[in-house]
Amino acid sequence: MLNISGIHEGFVLDHIQAGTSLSIYKDLKLEQLDCSVAIIKNARSSKMGKKDMIKVECPIDALDLDILGFIDHNITVNIIKNDKIVEKKKLHLPKQIVNVIKCKNPRCITSIEQELDQIFILTDPEKEVYRCKYCEEQQKKKKYRK
Amino acid sequence: MRHMMSPLDLTVEELDNLLHLASDIEKNPDKYAHACDRKKLATCFYEPSTRTRLSFEAAMQNLGGSVLGFSSADSSSAAKGESVSDTIRVISCYADICAIRHPKEGAALVASSKSGIPVINAGDGGHQHPTQTLTDLMTIHSLKGRLSDLTIGLCGDLKFGRTVHSLIHALIRYPNIKFVLISPEELRIPSYIRQDVLEKHGIPFVEMERLEDAMPDLDILYMTRVQKERFFNEEDYVRMKDFYILTKEKLSLAKEDMLVLHPLPRVNEISVEVDDDPRAVYFKQVQYGVYIRMALILTLLKWKEEP
Repeated sequence: MLNISGIHEGFVLDHIQAGTSLSIYKDLKLEQLDCSVAIIKNARSSKMGKKDMIKVECPIDALDLDILGFIDHNITVNIIKNDKIVEKKKLHLPKQIVNVIKCKNPRCITSIEQELDQIFILTDPEKEVYRCKYCEEQQKKKKYRK
Repeated sequence: MRHMMSPLDLTVEELDNLLHLASDIEKNPDKYAHACDRKKLATCFYEPSTRTRLSFEAAMQNLGGSVLGFSSADSSSAAKGESVSDTIRVISCYADICAIRHPKEGAALVASSKSGIPVINAGDGGHQHPTQTLTDLMTIHSLKGRLSDLTIGLCGDLKFGRTVHSLIHALIRYPNIKFVLISPEELRIPSYIRQDVLEKHGIPFVEMERLEDAMPDLDILYMTRVQKERFFNEEDYVRMKDFYILTKEKLSLAKEDMLVLHPLPRVNEISVEVDDDPRAVYFKQVQYGVYIRMALILTLLKWKEEP
């Protein structure tokens, strides 16, 4: 049995689709944080069969939960303070995401002016459609490959 | 400060006011001959467009204002690598209002976000060309007296034609609008317009392949060009191309008061023999384009000065 110690203050990201935790690690830029990070792959889950988990010991405001909502809003975020879960945060699709994905439209102004922020606006929450703020090209939500 | 990025930037009420102002300008040009005295319009055209640029220049000059600018990226500091954001910051120090055309989609929005003066999108790639749509609306409004209760035939390249998409978006805000979408299979209206705009708003429409079949029901026929390079093979192009050329014979099937519009330039999709028919209003449409641009310049400058 694998044993990973609890964390004093930070996050536990639970119910991550199995096999996608490393991509999420990169998108959350966790490698840039100077703190303990534990990635658990293929843990047994009664709800999902198997799942991934990420435990991050860092200050509460160090993570961009908006990005996480865009990546997968089914992930459960447990906020830990003083060794206890103080909040289970429900994720929502963010209304706007900045510099998470790039516009793939070669005719978009962002393709030639690199200093522009890559901004996407949620235009259809039901179909989870985001559109580039500049050219309005549709960008479906990112699908992770396992 | 307000800008003009898309025709939908204006509410229906604002659009009505703009159309009325343009109509008043048409009837009383002298009243507006000095409305923009000592004001300057910058025309920042990163790609050639004779018609749109000259229409903007004529509009500003008719208002008593003057014009400065460039007509290709080569003759601007873009050739030295300057960004659109920096260029508009500089232009804001020289002019009172700016019309920008750029081959990249969203360039006008970038300019507006950094500009100290109102920015008009004069075409950003295949994305938006709001003053063309305003021109189309003014032509219909002036010659039909209404923007409601119309059956509008859109003919030709409905897949890539941005003027057609913009016109659909603008017209569905009016009651009792029906569309007849006439195009070859390859160039049918994209599904995001069919589903997300027409079906979503319950707008009646039919799709047809032959112009003749649609003609008798139409109040407006909006023609666009079918380009050879849009087809997958030569055979299909040859088979279909004549379907989308408006001739005198086809026009004889239309109502007496139907109007033929075209954003121009025309190549061969409207036979020149049709030009003398009173229903052919595509050259009048160009004149309306100047009036609506005059009204737009006046309105944006007025909004800028309001607290």
